[in-house]
Amino acid sequence: MIQSVDVFQDIKTAMPEVATAAFALWLLVFSAFKKHQAFAVASFLSCAFLVGIIVVCFGMFGQYDEPVVAFGGLYIQDYFSLSIKMLIALGTLISLIYVYFDMKQTQIGRFEAPVLMILSMLGMFFMVSAHDLLTLYVGLELQSLALYILASFNRHSYKAPEAGMKYFILGAIASGMLLFGMSFVYGFAGHTGFGVLEEVLNGTTYNVGLTVGLAFMLVGLAFKISAVPFHMWTPDVYQGAPASVTAFFAIVPKIAAICLIMRLLNGPFGGLQDQWVQIVYALSMASMVLGAFAGLVQTSIKRLLAYSSIGNIGYALMGIVAGGADGGASVVVYMTVYMIMTAGTFGVVLSLRKGGVAVEEIADFKGLSKTSPFHAYAMTLFMFSLSGIPPLAGFFGKLVVFKAAVDSGYIVLAVIGVLTSVVAAYYYLRIIKTMFFDEEDAGMDEIQIVPYAAQHGTLVATLAVVVGFCVVPAVLIEYAEVLVRSLF
Amino acid sequence: MDITMEITLAHYLAVAGLLFTIGVFGIFLNRKNLIIILMSIELMLLAVNINFVAFSSFMADLTGQVFSMFILTVAAAEAAIGLAILVVFFRNRGSIAVEDLSQLKG
Repeated sequence: MIQSVDVFQDIKTAMPEVATAAFALWLLVFSAFKKHQAFAVASFLSCAFLVGIIVVCFGMFGQYDEPVVAFGGLYIQDYFSLSIKMLIALGTLISLIYVYFDMKQTQIGRFEAPVLMILSMLGMFFMVSAHDLLTLYVGLELQSLALYILASFNRHSYKAPEAGMKYFILGAIASGMLLFGMSFVYGFAGHTGFGVLEEVLNGTTYNVGLTVGLAFMLVGLAFKISAVPFHMWTPDVYQGAPASVTAFFAIVPKIAAICLIMRLLNGPFGGLQDQWVQIVYALSMASMVLGAFAGLVQTSIKRLLAYSSIGNIGYALMGIVAGGADGGASVVVYMTVYMIMTAGTFGVVLSLRKGGVAVEEIADFKGLSKTSPFHAYAMTLFMFSLSGIPPLAGFFGKLVVFKAAVDSGYIVLAVIGVLTSVVAAYYYLRIIKTMFFDEEDAGMDEIQIVPYAAQHGTLVATLAVVVGFCVVPAVLIEYAEVLVRSLF
Repeated sequence: MDITMEITLAHYLAVAGLLFTIGVFGIFLNRKNLIIILMSIELMLLAVNINFVAFSSFMADLTGQVFSMFILTVAAAEAAIGLAILVVFFRNRGSIAVEDLSQLKG
């Protein structure tokens, strides 16, 4: 591990964050003085910037064979963080395209939306690169605070402020729990830096203060990834927030939080593995079961996708339980695939408008195969992929996670995973049935399709990944194994 | 009887633990007012600050105090955002009662 000392070297190491912070602040001031079309200009500039960030991260790749620690041990840059940052920037780019067209149609667009998304992304970057509890906390808060505002962005609606309020209260409790745990870890290990914690905790025998700290921290983080039993905010927030913002919530922050948990549990808390495995095991099992069963009775598509995301977090946590480089790689593959599938599903939902607003109810999909065959078939593929039917991408995601779990001896967990994915397949397939076999109700409002090429382009791109993944699964899985190696 | 007693780390931790618990209960048992929830959140964060400062002082290590400065700063930002959302909520509903947070369910 290289420790840089010179501040310019530090800034160079943290280039993606420095550039993002500078851009977000500049964009805020620039847009505030722009009188016309501020939302459109800010969105366009942000999209261009996100493409730039992906290129910058890609360009930095070669220099980080070995992890580089900067800012006196607060920050780490390695293969893993750079790859996940590219993924996060890509997810933000897709969400931003959705947000722009959605808010343009519902006429709630203001330039603050792209600025907040960029700031939230900055927080996620710091989460992924955290090498100290302080960085972890500040990054997590920056991400969450921006998301609270985005949830209540449609301030004239009856539902959005309630969603924002619920998200805020439960998010604040989660931060409180996380901090309480951190204070115990600090007190009983004597340090907050990940490097020192790793050394100290590897040598300790059982210490109740550390266990309490670890448990509280995991509760706080479980709230952020909406793992059961800390999931109760998710369906309400997904339902109340504007549909495109929901897409952002579903696509991006969970990748950052899961990767943060991976780094935290395998790095500083690697020595306490036998303790955290039990907690993560329980979270994983509960999330898979509740995500599968609670989704069965939903009538709102956004709530359904919320339960779907809860279930999917359970599968990702299974990879963390499995542990080791295989488990870590399976989590990265699973989250990547999940991000693309969810992005595609929301792409379909956001393309179908009813009175200008994205469709809300599953019943609105009735007869879609006749009114818009392209969207019906795209949705079918995404639903097949989410339920894990080969040869679509979702199947490979589940396969690597189950394989990692079985290889590490967690057979019961893997069996529960398979069974719950069968249960969850019911609600995914029910949407397909609604689209193809249900007749449109008489007097049902006409569904309009959005006319924007960029949104359809995104939809086609995600569809291509979901279908084309089977061509190169081995390459991607091997790549994931290379990049998680810097964690272990 | 000697009534002087030294204040040890355990005492600080007990106070912080109590304050934190009061904060959590304030959120879950309160059925009236959203402002009380915001106050309870502050209480939780301040309890954590006591923990950090106490550990920092007893270990003679400054990291904990730096951490608590960051927590205070973030808590201020958090309170500002919470109040902003509360104002928007009040404009829409004309009420800040907790039981009015009930439109989203299913």
